[in-house]
Amino acid sequence: MSPTTESWSDGDSPVHPFSAVDFLPRPQLQAMQLYRLQNIVRWTYERVVLFRQRMQERGLTPDDIRDLRDIERLPFSNKADLHATYPFGLFACSMEEIVRLHASSGTKSKPIVVAYTQKDLELWASVMARTFLLCGIRRGDIIQNAYGYGLFTGGLGFHSGAEALGATVIPMSTGNSDRQIMIMKDFGCTAVCCTPTYFLHLIERARDIGVDLRKHPIRVGMFGAEPWTEAMRERIQEEAGIKAHDCYGLSEIIGPGVAAECPFQQGLHIFEDHFYPEIVDPETGEVLPDGEEGELVLTTLTKQAMPMIRYRTRDITRLISERCACGRTIRRIARIRHRSDDMLIIRGINVFPSQIEEALLTVEGTLPHYQIVLTREDNLDQMEVRVEVTAEVFGDTVGAMEQLRQCLVHQIESTIGIRVRVRLVEPQSLQRSEGKAKRVLDLRNQDSTKTT
Amino acid sequence: MKITQLSLFLENKPGQLLRICRLLAEAQLNLITLCLADTQQFGILRLILRDWQKAKEILEAHGLVATTTEVVAIEVDDRPGGMARILEILAQHQINIEYLYAFTFKRGDKAVVVFRFDRPDDAIAALQQSGQNVLGPVELYGETS
Repeated sequence: MSPTTESWSDGDSPVHPFSAVDFLPRPQLQAMQLYRLQNIVRWTYERVVLFRQRMQERGLTPDDIRDLRDIERLPFSNKADLHATYPFGLFACSMEEIVRLHASSGTKSKPIVVAYTQKDLELWASVMARTFLLCGIRRGDIIQNAYGYGLFTGGLGFHSGAEALGATVIPMSTGNSDRQIMIMKDFGCTAVCCTPTYFLHLIERARDIGVDLRKHPIRVGMFGAEPWTEAMRERIQEEAGIKAHDCYGLSEIIGPGVAAECPFQQGLHIFEDHFYPEIVDPETGEVLPDGEEGELVLTTLTKQAMPMIRYRTRDITRLISERCACGRTIRRIARIRHRSDDMLIIRGINVFPSQIEEALLTVEGTLPHYQIVLTREDNLDQMEVRVEVTAEVFGDTVGAMEQLRQCLVHQIESTIGIRVRVRLVEPQSLQRSEGKAKRVLDLRNQDSTKTT
Repeated sequence: MKITQLSLFLENKPGQLLRICRLLAEAQLNLITLCLADTQQFGILRLILRDWQKAKEILEAHGLVATTTEVVAIEVDDRPGGMARILEILAQHQINIEYLYAFTFKRGDKAVVVFRFDRPDDAIAALQQSGQNVLGPVELYGETS
């Protein structure tokens, strides 16, 4: 067992029983991974038609998995497979065994449906409990869960983990900011779970109604469900006086609970005893060594109802195999900067929404409530960045507002290399769904308007 | 002697001003005067009303950004040369005007001009020394209610 600085009040062991796996010696962990991989490949081969067909096309059977490296011979799966088999085509269990369904919140296309058996729910609660432990949450903490409860996996995922851990959870769900702030204050919440943009909104709102979150017991924030930058983390930590942890997950794999940051905030520990990570070249699919940046591919090693083999997440990151200062032996993934399909090509230049966010945050008082709108005028791509005006940046004169706008134009230009339009819009006027910000509105191809 | 003015950020699209006036009307709040500065993209609405604290609360509760600014209300003779006299005093004291807007009362021979200065306190002192009437909240709200 590796040494750890965490003190544990529930028993004699310095490590909570849920987190013990986080500290397994690597050879032991790898033996566990291989055993589980062989089982899940057989399970999926026997129960999911699409996977069996693809295995057979490659002349493979479950017996060909003799080594962890043999995973590289298995076929990839992706979001298109989920759409093609909508709604239940990739399920490995009958409804007799399935106890829960969740679905994505897609507005235009059909949603992605995911399923859980009772054992899957237990697994989910256990990885979420480990997520809370990573973030320094213990029994006795009061957790305000402001992720959406419902079809979205965020709300119930965090909820079940908090209960499994024995912490106190307040099932707030999203919305009604004034009530959120009142509860946070009156109940003395010590942790909050929500999207980072929603929490920024709460900070602003709290300030407007005279509440300084730094003076309240809240000390930990668990943020995820959308990409966010280091600059935004600094802003949140400073303005709310909390430690802001990045939590990563996706519904196709389980929901939240795939990876999260420990207090050292040097990458997200991935629960690789359940979710086996690989990094591949997004173009060729070739597996890259630890440390190299590429697309994260995940295999669920233990999930029964909907196992995913080599699922292409489209999230760009790298694997960190060096031992973390917290003592955990499970590897980390670097903070996800963007998704491979987030990249916008504007007049031939590659732009990621995260770059716009970074540029906006360099201007004093601005908050990253923005939206990128792409249009095509006379066959030329036009990019407009809409930025919500907050009380902090609102000057009473036209000159002051024009200066702010020019300053934003300049910062974006110096970050991405092209000049874009900046439009100042009213606060709360940009669309949000499930508390997630809608970052890009692409109107260049009106027939297939795509929003992300 | 300064007056508190509410400033709001508005997007330049139909119905925006109506929305604000409706909110104030529902709360039975009477406007003394207002002024809209506009650009192609956005406008800044400036409001003067007696119960500005209540108005600010209501507008913010509806997600609008409302900030307060100290402005100076000056009584100006409603006859040729009235405004020029005020501006002369300000020019002599090197006081810069950031913006202004005017309104007239129903009675009397005076108009009221609302100024935002770079140095409001100096402006008030200079005008008063020259015998000009700078209106305080009591006079302003009293005259118009």
